[in-house]
Amino acid sequence: MLLIAFYILSSVVVLSALFVIAARNPVHSVLWLICAFFTSAGLLVLIGAEFLAMLLVVVYVGAVAVLFLFVVMMLDVDFVELKQGFLSYLPAGALLGLALLAEIAVVAVAASSRAPSGTFDPKPGAQTNAEALSKVIYTDNLLLFQMAGVVLLIAMIGAIVLTLRSRPHVRRQSAAQQTTRRREDAVELIDVKPGQGL
Amino acid sequence: MAGTLGVEHYLAVSAALFTIGVVGIFVNRKNIIVILMAIELILLSVNINLVAFSAFNGDLAGQVFALMVLTVAAAEAAVGLAILVVYFRNRGEIAVENVSVLRG
Repeated sequence: MLLIAFYILSSVVVLSALFVIAARNPVHSVLWLICAFFTSAGLLVLIGAEFLAMLLVVVYVGAVAVLFLFVVMMLDVDFVELKQGFLSYLPAGALLGLALLAEIAVVAVAASSRAPSGTFDPKPGAQTNAEALSKVIYTDNLLLFQMAGVVLLIAMIGAIVLTLRSRPHVRRQSAAQQTTRRREDAVELIDVKPGQGL
Repeated sequence: MAGTLGVEHYLAVSAALFTIGVVGIFVNRKNIIVILMAIELILLSVNINLVAFSAFNGDLAGQVFALMVLTVAAAEAAVGLAILVVYFRNRGEIAVENVSVLRG
C-alpha cells in the first residue's frame, strides 16, 4: 500500500518537474512547480516527516510559488522569443543530464546497499514528528535556528532595498518634515512702520 | 527491494528531480525565470534526499538541515526575483544573454 502510494506520488513529481522545464508559458511552469511541491510534500508524509511536508506546502506553495507567479504576471515579457533555442540546447542538455543521472545512479546504488531499509523512525523518542523536531531545534540547534531568522531578515531587507524606488516628480507627504516644522520656520513677524512699505 | 519502501526509492526520485533541474537550466538558457524555478527543483530534490536519510536512519539532524535549506531557498527566490524586477525596470527585457551589456 505504501509502495503504491509512493509510486503514484513519485511519478507525478517527476512528470510535473519535466513540465516545469518544458512548458511554453512560464505561468504554466509555475503551476507545474506548485504541483511538484504538493506531491513531494505527500512523499515526505509517507515517511512520517509531517512537519517538513507542511512547511514545504506553506513556504513553497504559499510564498515562493506565489512570488514567482506575481513576477511572471507583472513583467510584460515576450515569452515566445525567450523560448527560442530550446531545441538547439536540448541535445547538449539531454546528454549532460544522462551523464549526471548515470553518475548519481551509481552512487545511489552503492549507498543504498549499505543504508538501512524497510524500517523508519521519523520521530525518535517523541509523540509526533513536529514535537521531536522542536526538541532538537530549540535546544541543540538554537543558534542555527536564529541564523535562519537572520538570513530571512537580510533577504527581506535586500529585496525591499532593491525594488524600492523614489520618484523625484511625485509629491508625497513627508510625515517627518511635517512634525519637525516649527513656528519660527513658517511665520515671520514684521513690525511695519506707518507710511512705509515692506 | 520490491516489498517495502526503502531509502533507495527516495534516492531514485531525488536523483531524477536533480537531473531534471540541471537539464532545465541548460535548455532554458534565455529565460531566467525558468532557471530560477529549476534551481528550486534542485533544492527540492536535495531536501527529499536529506529527509529520506533522516527518516530511515532515525536521526533528526537531516530534517533540521532540510529546514535550513528551505530557509535559504526562500531567501534566494525573494532576492533573485527582486533583482529580476529591477533589471526589467532598467532594460525592459529579461533575456539573460544581454546581461553582459551592463558590463563597463
